[in-house]
Amino acid sequence: MMRIAIELTYLISSILFIFGIKYLSSPKTARKGNLYAAIGMFLAIAATLLDQEVLTFEWIIIGAIIGSFIGILLAVKTPMTGMPQMVGMLNGFGGGASTLVALSEYFKLNPNYPVDTGIPFDLPVDTGIAIVLSLLIGGVTFTGSMIAFGKLQGLVTGKVVKYPLQHPFNLFLILLVLAGGVFILFNPSNIIIVLIITFISLVLGVLLVLPIGGADMPVAISLLNSYSGLAGSTTGFVLGNNELIIAGALVGASGIILTNIMCKAMNRSLMNVVMGGWASAGAEGPAVESKIHKGTVKSVDAEELAMLLESISSLIIVPGYGMAVGQAQHAVRDLMNVLEKKGVKVRFAIHPVAGRMPGHMNVLLAEAQVPYDKLLAMEDINEDFSNTDAVIVIGANDVVNPAARHDQSSPIYGMPILNVDYAKTVIINKRSLNVGYAGIDNELFFYPNALMYFGDSKSAMSELVKQLSGANS
Amino acid sequence: MESFLFLMHVYVFVLAIFVGFELITKVPPTLHTPLMSGSNAISGITIIGAILSAGLEQFTISTILGMIAVIFAMINVVGGFLVTDRMLKMFKKPSRPGSERK
Repeated sequence: MMRIAIELTYLISSILFIFGIKYLSSPKTARKGNLYAAIGMFLAIAATLLDQEVLTFEWIIIGAIIGSFIGILLAVKTPMTGMPQMVGMLNGFGGGASTLVALSEYFKLNPNYPVDTGIPFDLPVDTGIAIVLSLLIGGVTFTGSMIAFGKLQGLVTGKVVKYPLQHPFNLFLILLVLAGGVFILFNPSNIIIVLIITFISLVLGVLLVLPIGGADMPVAISLLNSYSGLAGSTTGFVLGNNELIIAGALVGASGIILTNIMCKAMNRSLMNVVMGGWASAGAEGPAVESKIHKGTVKSVDAEELAMLLESISSLIIVPGYGMAVGQAQHAVRDLMNVLEKKGVKVRFAIHPVAGRMPGHMNVLLAEAQVPYDKLLAMEDINEDFSNTDAVIVIGANDVVNPAARHDQSSPIYGMPILNVDYAKTVIINKRSLNVGYAGIDNELFFYPNALMYFGDSKSAMSELVKQLSGANS
Repeated sequence: MESFLFLMHVYVFVLAIFVGFELITKVPPTLHTPLMSGSNAISGITIIGAILSAGLEQFTISTILGMIAVIFAMINVVGGFLVTDRMLKMFKKPSRPGSERK
């Protein structure tokens, strides 16, 4: 009877998860959706506590208190600019939990641990496979996410890391895990092999994410998100629990879709990103430099720029990772406000891979109270650049490089870009003329309608706002 | 019988993937970050397995592993839902264009 009640609660909980994600289809209902999902989680936990298998509660309570405390701390303390790191880390804990549960389950099933009872260990094939997959996917997710976190936080190099025989070695490790898995199916009692599988999976996570460069993080984070879901599903197979399988599948699907969107937005295959990025163009890389643009750039200061902006009627702002690094979102909002008061139509164009995770720019601008209906996705605004007076590009580079449209020799050729150069004037705020992530010059800077506005994004925007409001009074 | 049960789980998995695809393609790009953190919190459902491990009658290595898993999953769940809520709270449409907020 209790069993049925528990299973039904799991069903309700799964339905709540589904509705939770469904309500994320609009910013109006999204918060409600998140609440539904949270209630679903609460129900699932409550039902599990009633399970007959759960006989002692002290360890659960201790773990729950510690985990909740850390979770609350992270959720409250992390600044919005730190969201990619936060999501990266949360992914990792999800994966870590899956690995631990799989290990724990293995020891639970093993009759010869801790004392050898001599009873033969009969591990069902399906459970065995699920345990090995949980260890593999969970382990990769755990350490991979931690490396991603380190890269985003600046603790680990954000550069593309290469080492000799990288791909063959990784492949070898994966094969090793699979071979170990097959071995376990026939010799389930061999604890050492189980531990080795776990260890190699953890190493694999490090090795797989380390080569991925900073600007490819949106793909890496999405992919790890997917893995954390799949790890949940495999744990569900270990335990024979449908709710874990369902919830894990939902998250897995979500991560895969986002990964796909990110890859498309960079016109690259997932393989190319995972293998370590544009720099893998390798030998041809330096050759591109021979095409350094000979022209000169026109540079403006805040005062001149303010004068120019006084005379326009429409503006599109294109934010990039530079805005996040400079924490310039509030200054940008001020700029929007002061210009709107002057009757300028201000909108934002968001490239799918702007920033370090899907939707990064949207969250930052939402934090600065920029209404979300002013943020337009690439395909919705790209037509409008040609009849726009001015564009301000803040800390974005490759996503506005016109070479992607016409220069077949460019590594970013074919990548969908924001057509900012079609506007009457393009103002580019950057700290220097340095190349973007793809390591190539941006010919846009040398266009006749381009103006460079050098400076740190936050102070540059604040200065501009000051000039604009000064001229007003 | 065992393998039949396993097949049922595969069924559920495959169907849930389809549901996931249907739902998530409808999420607008502006909500992709909350989608990630929110779905992340959902993947903390592993907590079920963690609780089952940590609550065993006898204290073994499974209990210890289970307890650490509870900590991890709980961070995921609590942190994920809270931070998603914090983000979603910010997504507001102003009543009038040119809101006066400073």
